Amino acid sequence: MMKKYELIEHTADIGVKACGETLSGAFANAAVGMFSIMAELGNVVEKESRRVEVNADDIEGLLFEWLNSLLYYFDVEMLLFKRFDVTDFEDTHLTAMCYGEQYDSSRHSLEMGVKSATYHQMEVDREKNCVRVIFDV
Amino acid sequence: MSKWGGKLEKVDEYRWRIPESYKEGMRVPGLIYADEGMLKQIIADQALEQVANVAFLPGIVGYSLAMPDIHWGYGFAIGGVASMRVNDGVVSPGGVGFDINCGVRIMRTNLTREEVAPKIKELADALYNAVPSGVGSRGKIKLGAREISEVLAKGSRWAVEKGYGRPEDLQTTEENGEIKDTDPDRVSPRAKERGTPQVGTLGSGNHFLEVGVIDEIYEPDIARTMGIDAAGQVVLYVHCGSRGLGHQVADDYIKVMVKAMQKYGIRVPDRQLACAPVNSPEGKHYLTAMRCAANYAWANRQCITHWVREAFCRVMGVSERDAGLELIYDVTHNIAKIEEQEVNGLNEQLCVHRKGATRAFPPGHPDLPEKYRTVGQPILIPGDMGRLSYIMVGTDTAMKDTFGSTCHGAGRLQSRSAMKKQLNGRDVLERLKKRGIEVRTGSLSGLAEEAPEAYKDVESVVNVAHGAGISKKVARTRPIAVVKG
Repeated sequence: MMKKYELIEHTADIGVKACGETLSGAFANAAVGMFSIMAELGNVVEKESRRVEVNADDIEGLLFEWLNSLLYYFDVEMLLFKRFDVTDFEDTHLTAMCYGEQYDSSRHSLEMGVKSATYHQMEVDREKNCVRVIFDV
Repeated sequence: MSKWGGKLEKVDEYRWRIPESYKEGMRVPGLIYADEGMLKQIIADQALEQVANVAFLPGIVGYSLAMPDIHWGYGFAIGGVASMRVNDGVVSPGGVGFDINCGVRIMRTNLTREEVAPKIKELADALYNAVPSGVGSRGKIKLGAREISEVLAKGSRWAVEKGYGRPEDLQTTEENGEIKDTDPDRVSPRAKERGTPQVGTLGSGNHFLEVGVIDEIYEPDIARTMGIDAAGQVVLYVHCGSRGLGHQVADDYIKVMVKAMQKYGIRVPDRQLACAPVNSPEGKHYLTAMRCAANYAWANRQCITHWVREAFCRVMGVSERDAGLELIYDVTHNIAKIEEQEVNGLNEQLCVHRKGATRAFPPGHPDLPEKYRTVGQPILIPGDMGRLSYIMVGTDTAMKDTFGSTCHGAGRLQSRSAMKKQLNGRDVLERLKKRGIEVRTGSLSGLAEEAPEAYKDVESVVNVAHGAGISKKVARTRPIAVVKG
């Protein structure tokens, strides 16, 4: 089976290459990859959900906006998401249900802070349904 | 990763030039500060390609510069300095980075290693407990929705007015901890929401508190103006930035800049270099929002400073007055500033981007506080948590050659995931303990990522900056306790 995502080495930062059966699946897996950099997701249960809607001018912008919107939820509500159900997906628009729970220091271990997704070496491969994104950590 | 295949011309022992002919579209050459030994590592990743890419940006003058701690970043290399004419040049949020006004400050104390060492464990615990740290850390300060705008406009002054720190701290903070020409309305509601619960938090990654000891003094007279009198004296460091608020400001304005590039017909080799003319509405709005984030970071370090002082005095059983704890200086190392500088014999308004680089203004510069007018601006260069850190001052050479800039730290050598594979956080902790360094952290895996081996030797970085004359060594310190975010 194809791995959902793999981590990319980078001197100062870290990246994710994520693939899916569809491009929207790759976007969802990139989000799983990002949260797995931030925390051990094994202990996270699907207690809460948020509907996240993002818009952008193009597909790279959409990936940037998607991941950074999820970081906003982490900073403001301390939500750790582990599963993403992309319900609506176009080049400039995405709607997803995001499932997870609020960080609980007694059960969760936070690994690394992610400051932001970046455009640096970003790739959206429509043929292979894969994306690559480097994070500032 | 791909190696640098381009041309690199040796200028002198410490400087290497990437000629404009390397890539069509470069407006100026690249100039790298490094010695021969460091160069091997630098060419192993893509930092030099990034130096060449920055040379594409409209209005860039002189060189696309790389300080000796340069390493591969995103868009701009970390350790990059680029100056654009305000008239016809651009400003790029990627040239500042996501952690706007990440910076470092240092306080002096009247205590010596002999006095502090017996209580070092207690002190490390107290510092760890006094300052919220780690991924997603939340502050102890409850801010109202309107108050966040006050933080963004007033920076350190907001904190001092709230009782965090001393009025004189402002004089020894770059820009007095309150950079002007802000407009909190240019900071998005999302950025404010992210920032509101995080004022007075260290964050994670390479952010830290450190108890250090003066290990060697190179310039006793200059050191004395900073209140550094003798080897063995204890000093305290704080290193952190603008947290989620700064990250969101960068995100928001990179999006604005991607659109602006189409509008103004600007092309760059990497979207992460997205930019707009300094004088355009987009450029101006970014700069006012960026300054708000910079002020947030100064307020953040100022609140932390207060708690560090309290914890230090409590554990050592001394009053604040007896402890000293004066702020020597606070520098930012991720910022873009409008500065008047000399270019080809003429004074010119420049937008100086320093990303992982420190301002290094020389003696006599009008922007320096009275106290340091004759010696030059203090520069703080933290190393990794196991080795040395340096205190330097700015020079005329920096003003002439690097737009008044120098290095900012050791510079990473190895990726975080490589470190995690090689090392176990607990071993790192034990090893540092054997070397007399008490470490406290909420994340052992984070500790492995930030282990000394992850970094270049700061000594070689500082020696290049000193040798090339872009800053002068004043003193160095050694850690005895570290709180890692």
